[in-house]
Amino acid sequence: MHPFSYTTAAQPEQAVQLAATDPQIAFLAGGTNLIDEMKLNVRTPRQLIDINHLPLDKIESQSDGGIRIGALIRNTELAWNDSIRTGYPVLSQAILSGASPQLRNMASTGGNLLQHTRCYYFRDTSSPCNMREPGSGCSAIDGFNRIHAVLGTSDKCIATHPSDMCVALAALDAVIHIVGSSGERDVSINEFYVPYGDDPSRLNVLKPGELITYVQLPAMPWAKRSTYVKVRDRASYEFALASAAVVLELDGQTIKQARIAMGGVATKPWRATAAETKLAGLQIGQDSFKAAADEALQGAVPRKYNAFKIELAKRTMIKALTDAAAIS
Amino acid sequence: MQDKQSSTVAAPPSPAGVSRRAVLVAGAGIAVSPWIGGCGSSTQETSTQPRPPKWEADPNAVAVTLNVNGESHALQLDPRVTLLDALRDDLGLTGTKKGCDHGQCGACTVLIDGRRVNSCLTLAIAAQGPAITTIEGVAQGDQLHPIQAAFIQHDAFQCGYCTPGQICSAIGLLNEAQAHSDDDIREQMSGNICRCGAYPNIVSALRQVMNKT
Repeated sequence: MHPFSYTTAAQPEQAVQLAATDPQIAFLAGGTNLIDEMKLNVRTPRQLIDINHLPLDKIESQSDGGIRIGALIRNTELAWNDSIRTGYPVLSQAILSGASPQLRNMASTGGNLLQHTRCYYFRDTSSPCNMREPGSGCSAIDGFNRIHAVLGTSDKCIATHPSDMCVALAALDAVIHIVGSSGERDVSINEFYVPYGDDPSRLNVLKPGELITYVQLPAMPWAKRSTYVKVRDRASYEFALASAAVVLELDGQTIKQARIAMGGVATKPWRATAAETKLAGLQIGQDSFKAAADEALQGAVPRKYNAFKIELAKRTMIKALTDAAAIS
Repeated sequence: MQDKQSSTVAAPPSPAGVSRRAVLVAGAGIAVSPWIGGCGSSTQETSTQPRPPKWEADPNAVAVTLNVNGESHALQLDPRVTLLDALRDDLGLTGTKKGCDHGQCGACTVLIDGRRVNSCLTLAIAAQGPAITTIEGVAQGDQLHPIQAAFIQHDAFQCGYCTPGQICSAIGLLNEAQAHSDDDIREQMSGNICRCGAYPNIVSALRQVMNKT
């Protein structure tokens, strides 16, 4: 681990002003990805600003029915919050399917949004990696790519986004609130991650020194009918090979509207908007769900070791749709 | 008993009243002392007194105060030192184990304000303030924690390496009070892996304690 100096921030403005001056400054919240990567020298900040004491640790119901989640709310607390469990069960289930209890106790909402891919080449500083070092090449495209993405990839990078929480947030159209030295702004999670294109190193729309302060869940009474299905080699404590977050609004047997997002198969939390459009007005049932799943995986690009993910992702989505439709 | 973790976990009684660790350290010292002249005593017991920086005049060392098992410790640490390494190397509390050092095994699990965390991914400098509980601190004097007693009763460990983490994690699980079945126990203990495969007995131990509370 490279040496660094350590300070704590008492107010977001203070943290942001300091971090805007130097791209080698990193914010420390839960540390579950940052400290992990610092041990590998994948990240080498010169200074850590500990933001754990910032006043960003509330979950608040809004008057319009939405929920505001402070960026420092730990994953465990978010998953077990009663309003989340009852109102947005897909989010609770997604978080509880990820990592381990210890990691969920440490990990923050903001940090979960910003966690890096677990591509083993990204995490190995002796391997060429366009995300870590633009222009150096992608070791995964012709390497061991079983855990890599089939959607959203470019010929420069095929790294999978690892989060479960973010897949649920994508399905729920969550909005990320950002504070920077030049002001505050809101960005939909579905616009937050930057496509890899020719340079996969940028990752998201944050400018140097910007800080996520909260995540806003829109009012969505029909989100009660939602679920998360995660498929992986082990029963627990592992990233998804494929996952699906589904929210369904039904009128009897008819689908009024659907929200579908996928994990484990894409370069960012992947909203399957074409599948959503396909389902609107259809009757619930395997035929409809299969049509939606086929639509969702259009354009998927298989690699040598991950071609199985295309069919797996479809079946995972069909299972999630079936489960969501069956919620009483 | 001269074990440096003295007042906490009850080790099997040894007739000579000397811990295994002291014997091994003394034996190693005797074996190597002809080759390392004048290095001083190799049989010293490490204490939980504050220590000087590990390297002479460590330019990076800063003051770090940790509240561990009810005692406050003033240390001089490089900011890079993890809580795990501070506990083991600087405080001599070697009950907490390093398994993977990357948050993937749970052997390093400790409790911070009663919440289970991976100490390998926690910076010591960032752990100042809250109450840290390690495996050395879960018993009350000679009174084992119910989880410890249940682990012994149900043969919930073989080599014992994952066990301190399992016990601290189990105590954290009880504090969370979200497990209501054996499947819940399995899922909520999935952050602690065991190469010996003691899992079924760990579940039994936890079930016993949960049924009694």
